[in-house]
Amino acid sequence: MEAFYEWFRILYEDTGINLPFMYDEYDRGRILNGLWATIKLSAICVLFSVIIGMVGAWLQGSPWKTTRRIVNVYIQLFRNTPPLVQLYFFYFAVGILIPRVENDWGGTSPLIDSFGWAVISLSFFAGAFNVEIFRSGIEAVPKSTIEAAKALGFSRLQIYKDITLPLALRVVIPSLNNNLVNLVKTTTLAYAIAVPELLYESNQIWSDNVNVTEMMLFLLVAYFVLVGILVWAMNFWDRSLKIPGFGQ
Amino acid sequence: MNWDETKPMVSIKDVYKSFGTLEVLKGVSLDVMKGEVICIIGPSGSGKSTLIRCINGLNDIQSGSILVEGQEVNDPELNKLELRKKVGMVFQQYNLFPHKTALENVMMAPIRVLKHDKEIAQKAAIKLLRKVGLEDKVNAYPGEMSGGQQQRVAIARSLAMNPDVILFDEVTAALDPETVNEVLLTIKKLAEDGMTCILVTHEMGFAREVADHIYFTDGGLIVEHGNPKKFFENAKDPRTKEFLSQIL
Ligand SMILES: Nc1ncnc2c1ncn2[C@@H]1O[C@H](COP(=O)(O)OP(=O)(O)OP(=O)(O)O)[C@@H](O)[C@H]1O
Ligand SMILES: [Mg+2]
Repeated sequence: MEAFYEWFRILYEDTGINLPFMYDEYDRGRILNGLWATIKLSAICVLFSVIIGMVGAWLQGSPWKTTRRIVNVYIQLFRNTPPLVQLYFFYFAVGILIPRVENDWGGTSPLIDSFGWAVISLSFFAGAFNVEIFRSGIEAVPKSTIEAAKALGFSRLQIYKDITLPLALRVVIPSLNNNLVNLVKTTTLAYAIAVPELLYESNQIWSDNVNVTEMMLFLLVAYFVLVGILVWAMNFWDRSLKIPGFGQ
Repeated sequence: MNWDETKPMVSIKDVYKSFGTLEVLKGVSLDVMKGEVICIIGPSGSGKSTLIRCINGLNDIQSGSILVEGQEVNDPELNKLELRKKVGMVFQQYNLFPHKTALENVMMAPIRVLKHDKEIAQKAAIKLLRKVGLEDKVNAYPGEMSGGQQQRVAIARSLAMNPDVILFDEVTAALDPETVNEVLLTIKKLAEDGMTCILVTHEMGFAREVADHIYFTDGGLIVEHGNPKKFFENAKDPRTKEFLSQIL
């Protein structure tokens, strides 16, 4: 392993291509931290935004006008404003209103840290699109199928959980895929509120080592791989939901 | 309940129903006793489907009264889910849940709606599928079955709720001529077992054979009714005569 790491130091000395996180333990720690934070942030936001999408689409079918209106206002707000502004809004404007709590070393820190705000902000951002995606899927479910469930005595929530949502899901995976890919790419915005994710840590490294070109290339490759993994997982999910004799 | 079996199980009185300005039912009355099989026939658009969909509350009515086992369906306080446990329905287009196997289609409502134990529901479902002659299709998805087979699953699905009365809305109209008989035979067996059945049908031979009473609708009214012999051999109303002459 050491020899492998050393190879990058020699590469640097011989060619000037500088990837310090390969041979320098401290920088390696930074990159691994950043990578882990990005993966965590992406995974949590993907999960929450999908849940928001499913719940929001359910609320949009509510018999109460007010409920439907609130969901629509939410969608408009988050869809029609820049995600960076949303992030700043949560972190700076809402963050100030949140109580501070005592931390381990006697001082105080905010109840929700920058990572927490990134999760909240990005989940709601992607969630707004997911609501619309799920709604389009729900519209594709035949009314007659839902009627059959009604006639059997299913409640509104049971119909949604057991019939509408599973059928809608099979229709929306391609558009969901798109939006979630966008979400993973958008996690880089968390850099702006100093969440130590991959872009942030890379920035630390290029400031210390003046190797901007190498770090940019590295980032492109890293996100390409991360998004690739997501797309692969989504395709796997799509295939596992296939039903003989149904759909495409 | 204030219902005893000497009174009609389903009692429809002077029911009016319109969609917007279109008047579809203009004062319909009919009674169905426990164990009776009644057939509703009539030209397309005369309101047959609309009428039977009022019985399980899929359609609401403007005025009149529908009593199911003494309970008023046209009551805004009515618990529709409770009503639908007693009234089963089979549709023209089968309306099976496409993402569930035949077995799952049949056992889903007992588990979800009646809160039956999964194992008990499964045993009962297998028995019902055997009863409709589909024991070898237990694990098939709707998309893998013929129309007649799907319709028999739909009948089993309805029976699984152990209803007191079943509504059949032109359940053979979408089937190939060869498969019509397998479904009619299944219904005939049900009728012979004493199930109360309300059928909308164009199968005159079948109606004549199994019905206790036949109703003829035209333009949102019941223009003639009687036992099959009287109805087919001795129709009085010119509209009935014309319809029968076209069909027979
Ligand atoms: N949901 C609805 N909204 C508006 N109009 C409707 C609706 N359902 C039915 N109608 C109209 O009500 C009339 C009666 O329809 P219905 O389906 O009850 O006829 P039907 O006797 O069952 O005919 P068919 O033999 O073709 O099935 C038709 O003119 C139809 O267009
Ligand atoms: Mg009809």
